[in-house]
Amino acid sequence: MNYNWNWHIFLEPNPMGTGTYLDLLLSGLVVTVKVSVLAWIIALVSGSVIGVLRTLPSRTASWIGFCWVEFFRNMPLLVQLFLWFFVLPELLPRSAGLWLKQLPNAPFWTAAIGVGLFMSARVAVQLQAGITSLPRGQKQASTALGLTTVQTYRYVLLPMAFRIILPPLTSEFLNTIKNSAVAITIGLIELTGQARSMQEFSFQVFEAFTAATVLYLLLNFVVVTAMRFLERYVAIPGYITGK
Amino acid sequence: MIEINHVNKWYGPTFQVLKDCTTSVAKGEVVVVCGPSGSGKSTLIKCVNALEPIQGGDITLDGVKVNDPKTDLPKLRSRVGMVFQHFELFPHLRIIDNLCLAQEKVLGRKHADAMVKGMKLLERVGLKDHAKKFPAELSGGQQQRVAIARALAMDPIAMLFDEPTSALDPEMISEVLDVMVDLAREGMTMMVVTHEMGFANKVADRVIFMDRGEIVEDAKKADFFGTPRSDRAQKFLSKILQH
Repeated sequence: MNYNWNWHIFLEPNPMGTGTYLDLLLSGLVVTVKVSVLAWIIALVSGSVIGVLRTLPSRTASWIGFCWVEFFRNMPLLVQLFLWFFVLPELLPRSAGLWLKQLPNAPFWTAAIGVGLFMSARVAVQLQAGITSLPRGQKQASTALGLTTVQTYRYVLLPMAFRIILPPLTSEFLNTIKNSAVAITIGLIELTGQARSMQEFSFQVFEAFTAATVLYLLLNFVVVTAMRFLERYVAIPGYITGK
Repeated sequence: MIEINHVNKWYGPTFQVLKDCTTSVAKGEVVVVCGPSGSGKSTLIKCVNALEPIQGGDITLDGVKVNDPKTDLPKLRSRVGMVFQHFELFPHLRIIDNLCLAQEKVLGRKHADAMVKGMKLLERVGLKDHAKKFPAELSGGQQQRVAIARALAMDPIAMLFDEPTSALDPEMISEVLDVMVDLAREGMTMMVVTHEMGFANKVADRVIFMDRGEIVEDAKKADFFGTPRSDRAQKFLSKILQH
């Protein structure tokens, strides 16, 4: 293979005039972090609501939960992003569609919401599993004390359910970060996107993607470490993972 | 205090768990409900505070109709204490917080007042020193005493016990029964599902014997232990009192 390795490329100025090639990649990393965190917040909030709905006795609630989960988890993420980005503005009334297309930073918001909703289906199913794994008597005891359904979830069921599903939630957070790379298909220049532009400008494809790989690994390592601290922080003495 | 009139309940379309059950518990009375497994005793007691819905008949609690859709169930339930077979303490809350949660969220007591009340009750069940521990750090008997204290913290007008000693090791049964005997002697209205015939003999005013969803016998304690009228109650007693 005739390939000229050049690891010094990172310290050379990029043609965008925004500093070095390393700066280029780091600016991509910042976008990846921003879009992933926002997507994760959306996934966590809407996924929690839907997960709770799926455990309520009400038929309507579980029907809504069922539709939400099956809609967002049965379509490839790529197709979903295309739907939100290219199809949705065409389906709306002309003026609304135009407004949507002209929003500043549209790829960023579309990616955050698209990835967030895609991940929310997974969070919902896990939270549902966490809630149903609790003994039925917990809900009964809380109800018998006079707590309302909302209070029962807020003070009794959810604090335990979230503790139980914390390890799989960590995986979902990591998946959110990795899935954010799909956003280059709708024009978001995040870490993968910047690695590609570096390759195109400098022809140093292996260096560019090696650096991107390392940056993804580091980012996910930070998340894993933080989540492990969180797990330890909320552990209950004497209970399952508690120490 | 508790009126149960011609109550019928089905699980699913065909399985009838309660068949035309009628009985009552007067103020200050201690009624023990016994019978073989699957006879509907636990179901009956859970219908009293509407943890389980009924399909026929009426239940009235201190003049309030339990199965009336207009009844404020959380409020009604907060006035009746309930103790479960598996304790059902909230594992993520310290013992004292288990006692304070419903006082604050349901009765609206100030935290300081709830703490005072909670500590007083913990002292009463002999667990003051464990206030800061988590449920998983206590033995079964201790947990059940906490559960009784948690129910008492709501100043209930009556107490329901659903097999409070069935999940306990033999040596822990007496510490829980002692608390219950004290409570009965103080004049608490109690409905107790239990196999502890010694307890029934000591403090019960009446004994109800259930079999296959029916109240087979509802008699004064002396009559029940002396000469039960029904064959089934006689057989049950002869088996249970053999040892």
